[in-house]
Amino acid sequence: MRPFNFEKVKTVAEATSKKSVNSQFIAGGTNLVDLMKKNISQPDVLIDITSAMSKEIRFEKRQLNIGAMVSNTKVATDQQVLDKFPLLSKAILAGASPQIRNMASSAGNLLQRTRCPYFYDVTTPCNKRKPESGCSAAEHGTRMSAVAGYNDKCVAVHPSDFCVALSALDAKVIAVNAEDKEVKIPFQDFHKLPGNTPWLDNNLPENTVITNIEVPENNFTKNYAYLKVRDRASYAFALVSVAAGLDLSGNKIKEARLASGGVAHKPWRWYDAEKFLKGKEATEDNFIKAAKLATRDLKPLKENAFKIPMLEGAIVEVLNQSIHR
Amino acid sequence: MEIKQQYSRRNFLKISGLLAAFVAIPTSVKAFYNDVKHYFIPKKNVSKLTVSVNKKSHTLYADSRSTLLDLLREQLHLTGSKKGCDHGQCGACTVHIDGERALSCLTLASMTEGREITTIEGLADGDELHPMQKAFVECDGFQCGYCTPGQIMSAVACVNEGHTGSVEEIKEYMSGNLCRCGAYNGIVESIQKVAAL
Repeated sequence: MRPFNFEKVKTVAEATSKKSVNSQFIAGGTNLVDLMKKNISQPDVLIDITSAMSKEIRFEKRQLNIGAMVSNTKVATDQQVLDKFPLLSKAILAGASPQIRNMASSAGNLLQRTRCPYFYDVTTPCNKRKPESGCSAAEHGTRMSAVAGYNDKCVAVHPSDFCVALSALDAKVIAVNAEDKEVKIPFQDFHKLPGNTPWLDNNLPENTVITNIEVPENNFTKNYAYLKVRDRASYAFALVSVAAGLDLSGNKIKEARLASGGVAHKPWRWYDAEKFLKGKEATEDNFIKAAKLATRDLKPLKENAFKIPMLEGAIVEVLNQSIHR
Repeated sequence: MEIKQQYSRRNFLKISGLLAAFVAIPTSVKAFYNDVKHYFIPKKNVSKLTVSVNKKSHTLYADSRSTLLDLLREQLHLTGSKKGCDHGQCGACTVHIDGERALSCLTLASMTEGREITTIEGLADGDELHPMQKAFVECDGFQCGYCTPGQIMSAVACVNEGHTGSVEEIKEYMSGNLCRCGAYNGIVESIQKVAAL
């Protein structure tokens, strides 16, 4: 690890005023410390924001407000979350281990880097780690890679489970910049596709810090499910994951939400399938049609063609689970 | 027989000149490196730190890069917490921070000031083992023992959190601690035993 200066800040204003190109914020540290050990991240100054950010989780004005520093465990076990946003809890508990969930912050979860093996292997080219050096994964293929939204510059996927649920529930990311100006970013616009700047994971403006995550109240408290398919039953990143929420009136679907992890550079919403399901009966037949619609345009890479039928099955299964709770 | 002249003034000057140059190179390179290195490598940053481990306060000097695990093992000589993978993948370094289980290999030491840390050394009450330590002995909760301190710290937290409803629940909530010997059944049994106390 490269030597760095360590500073602890007490307020959000202090945090944003200290932030520069060569400094990085640290909260839970579950991803950043690892990246620093591997010399993938080399900040000159590390700014400890654990005392500056909110550790509160509140439900007011019909929305959930999660402070940046609330641990993943606290979100997953909060009574208001369990009552009104159970999908969030399900998704968080499908990720990492109890130790890591205790340490990891909510905002940090959004900012975690990809788990693409080439990103972690400093001996290979990777546009995300070293801009314009090339993409080893696109060249050699990996089974974890994306099946949508990728290009020849980057085929990495976003590793979060929490973010898949936040995306499905139309959350918003609240950040503050050095001029104390608030920025509100809809969740689907927060993370980005690789495009021409694969080294950037999201659209968070420079020198801003995430202060809160807002989730609007919803009707997906009864019929919801989160399904994660992975190489071992627990404590592994997703090959594919699907979050589903159905708002039912009798057996008729008033509104449907479907989002996936392990598919793209950002949490992926299946808008076409959602639109198809709206107004239909909640039957397996319709679920199969929705899954086919979702996966029809996906283009697998060299080693991950298995992800297409896996996703199709996962979408049908998660929708079935959501109506049989 | 003609004897070839081996020593000459020219050879002597050549060799001694080369030797002098070789001797001078390392010092000049070193001086140059010392002059410019701070442009490339930030200076190592050591600061005073007060940490509370097993209810005892320690004041020491630590590099900003020190993880809690390094501090415990190298500076406080509490070698119970193990360095398995050092990347947060195996759980061998599990300790409790403010009563919650956490990975000491991914925790920077400088971020633990003012927090209470409990390690495997802090579980026993004098010579009296913690019930979980006893259960691991009685139920064969380990073979080689390397992952055991982490397993036990995680197991104590698992019981405190109340995640002992079924074998499946215990396995899910112990999934962050790997055991290469495969003592998992003994570990689950130990946890069930303590949960039933």
